[in-house]
Order: sequence, then C-alpha cells, then structure tokens
Amino acid sequence: MRVSRILGVGATVLALTLSAAACGGPTNNDTGTQSLVDRIRAEKKVTIGIKFDQPGLGLKTGDMYSGFDVDVARYIAGKLGVPEDNITFKQSPSAQREDMIAKGDVDLVIATYTINDQRKAKVGFAGPYFVAGQDLLVRSSNTTITGPDKLNGKKICSVAGSTSAQTIKSKFSTSVGLQQYGGYSECITGLLNGAVDALSTDDIILAGYAAINPGELKVIGKPFTTENYGIGFKRDDTKTRQALNGYIQEMEQDGSWKAALMKNFGAGYKVPQPPAITEK
Amino acid sequence: MDFLGRYDLLGAFWVTVQLTVLSACGAVVLGIVLAAMRVSPVPLMRACGAAYVNVVRNTPLTLVIIGTSLGLYQTLGLTLASDTSTEFIDTNNFRLAVLGLALYTGTFVCEAIRSGVNAVPIGQAEAARAVGLRFGQVLRIVVLPQAIRSVVAPLASVLIALTKNTTIASAIGVAEASLLMKEMLENEGDKGILVFTVVAIGFVVLTLPVGVALGWLARRVGVKR
Repeated sequence: MRVSRILGVGATVLALTLSAAACGGPTNNDTGTQSLVDRIRAEKKVTIGIKFDQPGLGLKTGDMYSGFDVDVARYIAGKLGVPEDNITFKQSPSAQREDMIAKGDVDLVIATYTINDQRKAKVGFAGPYFVAGQDLLVRSSNTTITGPDKLNGKKICSVAGSTSAQTIKSKFSTSVGLQQYGGYSECITGLLNGAVDALSTDDIILAGYAAINPGELKVIGKPFTTENYGIGFKRDDTKTRQALNGYIQEMEQDGSWKAALMKNFGAGYKVPQPPAITEK
Repeated sequence: MDFLGRYDLLGAFWVTVQLTVLSACGAVVLGIVLAAMRVSPVPLMRACGAAYVNVVRNTPLTLVIIGTSLGLYQTLGLTLASDTSTEFIDTNNFRLAVLGLALYTGTFVCEAIRSGVNAVPIGQAEAARAVGLRFGQVLRIVVLPQAIRSVVAPLASVLIALTKNTTIASAIGVAEASLLMKEMLENEGDKGILVFTVVAIGFVVLTLPVGVALGWLARRVGVKR
C-alpha cells in the first residue's frame, strides 16, 4: 500500500512538472516574432560561428579560442549582457555559413564573412567591422614580387575552390601558375620550402601567418580586391542589425577595435582606419 | 538552375573520367604484380608484397595524395611534367594524383586477384607444374586467366570506388568534379543542396553504367564450376 502511494505522489509530481514545462515551452521558444538581440539579452546565452583554423582571426587551440573575430564576438556578446562562459563557439566553414544560420545552429556568424549580394539574399548582415583585400604573402627573402603586377611566371598558392583562387584564375589567367591545396597550411609548407612563390588570400589572414612566422614570411601590402567582413544572422531582423552596428561603432570608438588588431597581429601590423557601416 | 551554365561541368567530369581511367590502368598493372608477388614461392617477395599492401591499403587516401604533392614533389623534388611549361602545375598535379590513386587502388586490385587465385582449384596448378611449366608460366598461362575471370565483379566494385575516390585529387588542386563543386558552393552559397544533387547525379551517371556493364561481363566470362 505504502509503495503504491509513494508511486502515486511521484507520478503526480512528474505530471505537474511535465505540464508546466509544456506550458512554459512555447513562450520561451517563440523566436519567430522575437528579435535575436532580445532573445540573447533574455537568455544571456549566445552561439557564435567562427573559423577554427585561421591564426589571428579565429583559431581553436585546445579549449581556447583566439583571434580578431573572436575578440569582436566577445565584445558584442558582452554588450548584449552575455557572460563570457555563456558564449558557445561553433566552427562554421565557409561553405556552410548560410545553412548554419538558416537552420539556427548558430545565432551569429563572425568568420571572415564577406558581405555580398548573393549572401544578402539568404542572410542578414551588420557591419562591416573590417575591410580586407586580397594580397600576397611571400618569403621575406623574396625581392622580385613587389605587387600583383610582378607575378608573371610565378607560382601562386591558394585554397581549392576559394574566392581568392578563382580571382587569381580570372585576373592573371595564363601568366600565373595556380597551385590549389585543401588548406592554407599546405600552402605555407610549400611557400617555406620554395615549391610556390606566394600565398594569396585576404590580407588580414596573411597577416596572421606572417605573425606566427616572423622573419620568414611577409605580406606585400598591395591589396587588389575589397572584402567587407560583416556579422551574419537570420534575414529580416532590423532590430538586430541596428544593435550590432551600434556595438561595432562603439568598439571602433572606445579603442577596443584597435587594441584587438594590435593584440592579434603583433607590433609590426599597420592598423587601418575603421570602415564605415554600410549595412543599414 | 541557370547558374550551372556559368560552370564547365562537363570539363570537370571529363577530368574525373581521365583520372579514373589512367589510375585504373596503373592499378591493374600494379595489382597483378603485387598478387604475383604474394602467391610466389619466394618468401622475401611474399613478405614485400604483403607489407606494401598492408601499409598502403590502411593509409587514408587523403594522406597518400597529399603525400605525393608535399612529399614526392615539394620535398623530394619529383616532377612529372616539364618545369618550364606554363601548364606545369596543372599537369604535374594531375600526374601526381594518378600516381597516388594507382598506388592506393593497386592494393585492392591485388587482394581481389589473390582471392581469385585461391578460387582456382589446386589441381590446375599441379597439372600445369606436372607438364613442366615454370612458376611464371603456371601463373600467366593457367592460373591468372582463370583467377581474373572469376573476380570481375569485385574488380567492378574497386573501379566504382576509384571513380569516387578521384574527388580526393582536389586536395592537391586537380580541377576535377569536386573542386568545381567547391567553387560552386563558394559562389552560390544559397544553392548548396542543388549543387550537391547535380554533382551526385554526375557520379551516378558515371558509375551506374560501369557497374551494369561489368556485371554483365562477370556473368559472361565467369568460369562455371
């Protein structure tokens, strides 16, 4: 008798808990009408997509995350009232960024994400928070490559299928040999042992590699494209866009933006002027 | 779908076909040599054959392919094309990829043929030896023809796997179908599923007829016992 009474009480408690959870559920998860920033402020939690493999921008070493994108992410999360422990970083490779935002795997993407019209059709952008340009990384001893006009007969390395590789193909066509590899690290190996003459991609990414190979590699510093890095999130969320733009401007004005660049790219890096916000 | 017109899909799949056919030829030659080594009466040959097969077969293909580029070409300076040609990088990468794919696939061909050799009744080899044939002749004239005929079906599976494995060649920049897929995904981020589907259909179009044709051949040439 006693056992069944205890079971009965237990069952009642369980039923009440379940029904409470069922009632609470819809109001908490109703993101359809709620703006992203409101939800982040209420939950004090945020999931941010970054790169895991780009020194200086987004790099995972053990359980630690570092880089300029990570610092921007932390600054914005802080402004949204999210404590640092409640930021979840997820890897968002270039080809998966739109899908991850659409599916809700990540709230924000801060991962060298160039703003363009094709992407704007699928995701919302705030920013830009940085303007990069495609540049060249060469061995420090190299004196023949002084700019994009001195590449005739040279071997240029870039990541297979990337925008940078496609630009090399379309801009320089036959005069330049293009070696494509699956990742930047193979290109760096090739550059250091002389199999290729230069690595070409966004200058800020190159600055990261120059910073971890001091004295061996240098960035030429004559960018020949313009890449506006923005923060990506679900489309049609004006409130989020305005809030993020505000935080980016605050970061640029209070010195944290410059400090983050100096921290990640070393003393030798020339910090540019902060870009104007274009996504309004 | 109109965005597909901006990309050379046929050209990319043509490179895939070339990679497949050339590496398949290399793999068959290597596979027969390896199988001969593994069934030979010389212990050292058997050991070398077994060691090669076990090492290469158990190495991830990505490692083999990147090894041909970073190891053979960049570090050891092996070039498979004229260094002065403007097409040097593309030609060299293509040939390195064929080399890597053949070295890797050869082990699977070897094991398929060896299983075929084991399926040939022992009396065949004994009879061949009894009439005075040497080991090489026994293998060439009596055993291998029967063995290969009985393993056409498993070799078809190896060929289909090879066709799909050619996508790894994009890791060293060979402009085959999967590298074009990467470019399309980079440029058309919002059409990911469509891009995947188109490339997947391309591979099915390549591999399905191969499977059907070799299945028919296997039934036709198989030794009825």
